[in-house]
Amino acid sequence: MAEVLVLVDHVDGAVRKPTLELLTLARRIGDPVAVALGAGAGNTAGVLGEHGAVKVLTSDAPEFADYLVVPKVDALQAAFDAVSPAAVLVVSSAEGKEIAARLALRIGSGIITDATDLEAGDEGPVATQAVFAASYTTRSRVSKGVPVITVKPNSAPVEPAAAAGTVEALTVSFGETASGTKVVSRTARESTGRPELTEAAIVVSGGRGVNGAENFPLIEALADSLGAAVGASRAAVDAGWYPHTSQVGQTGKSVSPQLYIASGISGAIQHRAGMQTSKTIVAINKDAEAPIFELVDYGVVGDLFAVVPQLTEEINTRKG
Amino acid sequence: MSLRIVVCVKYVPDATGDRRFADDLTLDREDVDGLLSELDEYAVEQALQIADGADDAEITVVTVGPEDAKDALRKALSMGADKAVHVEDDDLHGSDVMGTSLVLAKAVERTGYDLVICGMASTDGVMGVLPALLAERLGVPQVTLLSEVSVAGGVVTGRRDGDTASEQLEASLPAVVSVTDQSGEARYPSFKGIMAAKKKPVESLDLEDLELDADEVGLAGAWTAVDSATERPARTAGTVVKDEGEGGKQLAEFLAGQKFI
Repeated sequence: MAEVLVLVDHVDGAVRKPTLELLTLARRIGDPVAVALGAGAGNTAGVLGEHGAVKVLTSDAPEFADYLVVPKVDALQAAFDAVSPAAVLVVSSAEGKEIAARLALRIGSGIITDATDLEAGDEGPVATQAVFAASYTTRSRVSKGVPVITVKPNSAPVEPAAAAGTVEALTVSFGETASGTKVVSRTARESTGRPELTEAAIVVSGGRGVNGAENFPLIEALADSLGAAVGASRAAVDAGWYPHTSQVGQTGKSVSPQLYIASGISGAIQHRAGMQTSKTIVAINKDAEAPIFELVDYGVVGDLFAVVPQLTEEINTRKG
Repeated sequence: MSLRIVVCVKYVPDATGDRRFADDLTLDREDVDGLLSELDEYAVEQALQIADGADDAEITVVTVGPEDAKDALRKALSMGADKAVHVEDDDLHGSDVMGTSLVLAKAVERTGYDLVICGMASTDGVMGVLPALLAERLGVPQVTLLSEVSVAGGVVTGRRDGDTASEQLEASLPAVVSVTDQSGEARYPSFKGIMAAKKKPVESLDLEDLELDADEVGLAGAWTAVDSATERPARTAGTVVKDEGEGGKQLAEFLAGQKFI
């Protein structure tokens, strides 16, 4: 069976969930060969093997942390040359997409980004995408070269599948441009203890109706009762009530959780672009005419300051 | 020496309009108004601020697109850019991001540059990979997704806010930069700016000027193919209740029924 390269997204050896989802999709089109780069790369092999990686190529050169993007492109290209895969899969993060694009250009291949599903086809893998604020669904193929495809988190289930997961060191020779952009310093984001926004199964978001940073703990309490991530609309972020990294929408994160709860969010097209593919959508808003209600599976027209705390309390009670 | 800044912008369909596919599965540009991509306004703004801080700087704004795309250039010129380059050719219709990045790289090289600034993504395709592709093609550093950017002494520095960390980046010019919507509110064109823009030069280029062949770009030269595009079925109307004091509890009941609790 053909091999499929999967670039591993990990933090110091801890593999993030979207990579395990990629392995599920990779197995539909071939045998996954994982590429893990940076500090702790070798520690990823166990979990990757349990999820179907037949081989794990690792390199922990300091260049991956010291310079932006290009060293990882050099490494992925080295893996590509070593394996001659049928496709290359990368998680649709900001960095993942940049790495994938540069690799695709180097190997003379087309690129598809933000796929929400992937299947084997007669002429290579077929990717599903949601476009124009998710108002259309397209099915696309790479028509030149070896398909390079980035996949959005939450696009496939994580499925255990035992495989060898044999670790092999990857030899990488860094090109001249690898050291072009220096990472002078890196400040780790303080962990909130909540799931990462794009990976979360449930997202609870607050918007203009939350009416101030001091009220966001209401949204956080609801999120915590459900084990959810917290999101915010652009209006709430621009007002400085919540960090930009939590922004859901066209210019922020695009999320696709099992459940999305919008509180005090009217549902402008820019916000809908970032959450419309959520499986179940719930909204709480004072304004019965808010466009968000066109999308909901369940909506409550009411004051979020009454509804949200009552909901949180009821969930906590039911969980006992 | 003058700092040559090139800003790449895109003319996009208005996201609040009804965006559709044409029969050839490319964007239908007939039925929806276009405008300068909002995310590119931030790139123009940062170019203007960097130029203000330089001894001597010139800003050229470049776009690839049909006749109407001149509107995007005019907007950027009215904000304060100095001149514009419009790459227009019938054979460009249906170009994918590989084709577009090729054309832009050629246009940028022809113009001459020390710094290329892009928006973080277009508001139609939203791939967000063009700046990286441009850097790869030009063989210069990519300093992308910056929420803060400055240029001094031939070096560009900026802050990139990622999911897990915030990074301070540094690269020597020439370089390709992209900026996010956090980089600073874009200015509105003044009346004076709008009047001045009418007199600023807009150079038109076609594929021949850029020494490109038709089969390297356009739908024929695309490295990806869209097989089908189907309109997402409207969501079936959900239940909407009015809160009469029990709204939170009713919602909890719904969530429990869906096995979320």
